[in-house]
Amino acid sequence: MAENDDDVPFMQKLLDSYYVLTVIGVLSPTILYTLWGIVDIMNTPLAK
Amino acid sequence: MATTYRTCPASGLQFEAQAEKLMKWNAVAAVLWLLVGGITAIGVIMTRWPAFKLLPPDQFYLILTAHGIDMLLCWIIFFEMAVLYFASSTLLRCRLATPMLGWVQFWLMVVGSIMTNVAIFQGESSVMFTSYVPMQAAPHFYLGLILFAVGALIGCFIFLGTLAVAKKDKTYTGSIPMVTFGALTATIIAIFTILTGAGILVPTFFWSVGLIKEIDPQLYRMVWWGLGHSSQQINVAAHVSIWYLIPAIVIGAKPLSEKVSRGAFLLYILFLQLASAHHLLSDPGMSAEWKVLNTSYFMYFAVMASMIHGFTVPGAVEAAMRRKGFTNGTFEWLRKAPWGNPAFAGMFISLVSFGFLGGISGVVLGTEQINMLMHNTFYVPGHFHTTVVTGTTLAFMAVTYLLVPTLFKREMIHPKLCQIQPYLFGIAMSITGLVMMGAGTLGVSRRHWDMAFQGAPFTYEWPGAAMLMMGMTGFFGVVTIIGGGLWIYLVVGSLLWGKKLDGGQYVDKPTPIPAATPAASASHHGSDHVAVPGTVVLALTLFVAFVLYYYVNWKYLSEVWLLS
Amino acid sequence: MSSILPPANRLWWKESIDKTEWFWIAIAFVWGMVMFVMMIYWHIYGKQNLSNEAYKTTPEAYAAKAEKFIAENTVRNETGLNGEEIPVVSVPAGGDGYLIARLWNWYPILELQKGKEYKIHLSSMDYNHGFSLQPVNINIQVIPTYEHVVKMTPTSAGTFAIVCNEFCGIGHHSMLGRIYVKE
Repeated sequence: MAENDDDVPFMQKLLDSYYVLTVIGVLSPTILYTLWGIVDIMNTPLAK
Repeated sequence: MATTYRTCPASGLQFEAQAEKLMKWNAVAAVLWLLVGGITAIGVIMTRWPAFKLLPPDQFYLILTAHGIDMLLCWIIFFEMAVLYFASSTLLRCRLATPMLGWVQFWLMVVGSIMTNVAIFQGESSVMFTSYVPMQAAPHFYLGLILFAVGALIGCFIFLGTLAVAKKDKTYTGSIPMVTFGALTATIIAIFTILTGAGILVPTFFWSVGLIKEIDPQLYRMVWWGLGHSSQQINVAAHVSIWYLIPAIVIGAKPLSEKVSRGAFLLYILFLQLASAHHLLSDPGMSAEWKVLNTSYFMYFAVMASMIHGFTVPGAVEAAMRRKGFTNGTFEWLRKAPWGNPAFAGMFISLVSFGFLGGISGVVLGTEQINMLMHNTFYVPGHFHTTVVTGTTLAFMAVTYLLVPTLFKREMIHPKLCQIQPYLFGIAMSITGLVMMGAGTLGVSRRHWDMAFQGAPFTYEWPGAAMLMMGMTGFFGVVTIIGGGLWIYLVVGSLLWGKKLDGGQYVDKPTPIPAATPAASASHHGSDHVAVPGTVVLALTLFVAFVLYYYVNWKYLSEVWLLS
Repeated sequence: MSSILPPANRLWWKESIDKTEWFWIAIAFVWGMVMFVMMIYWHIYGKQNLSNEAYKTTPEAYAAKAEKFIAENTVRNETGLNGEEIPVVSVPAGGDGYLIARLWNWYPILELQKGKEYKIHLSSMDYNHGFSLQPVNINIQVIPTYEHVVKMTPTSAGTFAIVCNEFCGIGHHSMLGRIYVKE
């Protein structure tokens, strides 16, 4: 990483950036699983 | 803060004093919880074995609650803390970030795990690992879990902090090692898991002391499984890292391709946690779209990642063995692999059992419609005993055979028994898991005290085959417990009476990892490449078993009552 | 270089992937897509899909509906092994049947006819319960304050058991219900 990393491909840079990985790794399930799940539960209609 | 370092002369691993101490304490705590979990396993298995039915129902449910929590959380997470310190400080040869907080991690987890166990054994908190509301446990049951989780979260941040320290101190050049990257994956999943867990356990604690009136039972299930299932995905990432670690140390294996394996870990980071939906496929409140997308880990990308690891791990072993000259035929490398080394044998059994039993059954169980055939049956514990036990626990046992000499500076006692132990434990647990799944396929319920339905208004007789499978579960379960007890004896015995080994001198400065020479990196490209035909055959065998079993279950489903 | 050392090649992402690995990645990818499409395919063409019809309710409201259904459709009473009187309720073909899950019984006994479709309502009065129809082996989670409406068509006749397969306390193992299916 030290000298010159202009030639490092984007994907390698991404896989080396652990804070970015942490953020996307927490966001992905929070949105797809938890938040969408809450929306589903809130949308359950009331029994007649 | 001043600290010291030692380089183990046998393994070449460098331990920083603070991290070393934390690793030892966390590992010891883990083994003690495995002991408690193992004792509770006796009560569980001897009660479910229809011929014995050892415990009365209240004690059975109490013991089963303890078994779940002590095994799935206490044993595994304590061990994972040691793995995180190892994968960061030891593999990157740097000091540990904020070692004082490391002790906060440790003691919070100790206090939390004991508090929850006290609540369970007082008898007022037999609510199972899942503790679905509105069934209520004592407040300190939840509080203990919260403290435990906060401790684990601190451990995750220390891991990330240590990566930053290594980068700043330039103890390595380029990218972090594969094993550390796998541990990073586990850490990221753990952070999601714990934050989600806090999101539900904190309100549930307030509810148990009367400050909140009601918690929606469906919402509880959905958010709780973000904790309950994802915590098992931490284990997957952790034990896959160990699958990379052990062959690297034992036979000098290296990944077939950094790009492929790290890419597969990235798919874990993005999608593995979605599998929490596996537990809600037969629930009323969730939409079919939510179920399909989440249960499939976003179109099965995490399954693809697991299949990739299932190829690259044995592939790395095959390539390393072929480089050593075992090049005859398709399988000489496998026959001549170090099967007498318990670390290697345990790791390989873990890999095979997790792939063929735990992995395939998990995907089938997690297929939206097929889930109705197995939801809450004995199939479910059958599945997770072949993931969490033959997968994670066996991998952790295997790596301990390496850690005792290098970390604890003791020789393992009874080398012959050490050689047998992974086979005894791994094979017995695999058979147990298999017959559990068989009983579940025939409808037998999990978490159920009496297959004779004592006191019910009607009678129902389970098929004879189901009773036979439950008997086999009992027998092989007991063999498994013996295999696990043997491991505890060997490890604790070695720590107490094993021959002391030279651990190397403590020095003030770390020795950085030498940068790869241009020649070494050049050779990596071309001449070094080895074909892995044996692994291709193994992988295709897995694939064929997978496809057949998957469609057999669709056939079963097509034969039940019509539902829409 | 090794799994426990940083990659020897600084630009490891630029390394080419071997043919056999591509082959396996392709298999894994295609198989994943097949499995994903299978679930959607079954939703369209399959005959066993769990209904998504669910309502938020209260135990009181659900019990009132169920009691009304029982009062209108009971055909006879049966005596359980503990001496309890249990109504056998014939669900009108194509109509709604209500099943109550509570500590620790399934109430009432439902009577269905083979080959007819029914809307079976499921809810719990207290804790989570598990509707496990045996020996057919259909398993559905029953959650308090949620009313789940499942369309069912029995394809076999006889006496069926409903085992509770979600832990619901000390009497969990005695929670056994019954469904009759007539030819």
